[in-house]
Amino acid sequence: MYNHMVVGELSGADADRVFHALADATRRDILTRVISTEQSVSALARHYPMSFAAVQKHVAVLERAALVRKERRGREQLVHAEPGALHRVARLLDAYEQLWRHRARAIDAILAEGHEDREGT
Amino acid sequence: MPVVSSYKDAEALTLTFVADFDASAERVWRIWQDPRQLERWWGPPTWPATFHRHDFVVGGESRYYMTGPEGQKAHGWWSITTIAAPHRLEFDDGFAGDDGEPLSTMEPTHTIVTIEAADAGTRMTVVTKFVSADQLQQMLDMGMEEGMGLALGQIDGLLAEIAG
Repeated sequence: MYNHMVVGELSGADADRVFHALADATRRDILTRVISTEQSVSALARHYPMSFAAVQKHVAVLERAALVRKERRGREQLVHAEPGALHRVARLLDAYEQLWRHRARAIDAILAEGHEDREGT
Repeated sequence: MPVVSSYKDAEALTLTFVADFDASAERVWRIWQDPRQLERWWGPPTWPATFHRHDFVVGGESRYYMTGPEGQKAHGWWSITTIAAPHRLEFDDGFAGDDGEPLSTMEPTHTIVTIEAADAGTRMTVVTKFVSADQLQQMLDMGMEEGMGLALGQIDGLLAEIAG
């Protein structure tokens, strides 16, 4: 599933849905909350001065943009972040880059010790 | 900070990382060649690496493990495909089972290291190619996220990626 999404680019229509979904402060806030941890629609609704149905509509807009995914568990509807395969890869590469930054610092420190030979100082 | 640049190609699942070091190419080569030096920098923070085998020749194999903060071990292996000292090294890097031997079910990453003279000492370029997002995820799951203190999936990053 990820492979075809990784090689493809976000199409114009998909990008429109993403930008529309993120153009609203409430939806950005919902996304921020579910990125850190999955939450039920009713738990989300408690954070906003609006009806459950209105929050549900915001979640639906995020869902159509493939930014979140809903899952029914018992009587609850849980909302998870779903940043999409390409975004996932970009995030993962960011993390991997951080590993290499750490490695480069460690290498630099080893080379600076200079007691393996005289070149490293 | 020796990092010169890095380039992430999400569609090609590739990271290109460039760093300059104030040392000769031969000296930089030895941080790869000498397992006692290699294990001082290969592991993520809080997951130091131990290389218990390191046949640094074409066709040679390495075996290593990284030890996490709770004492858990993550095993890995290298298979060296190209060596041209002190300028070029290529190897496959994969996960191993608890016995330290490669897991045939998981494809390795391929890494190309180029070491060459630069204005300020020596330039090292590392290109790592992943096979899939899942593979990249698994590599990062080996203690990396906690070790790096990374806040993956923050909305700023998400928005930056979408805008980019």
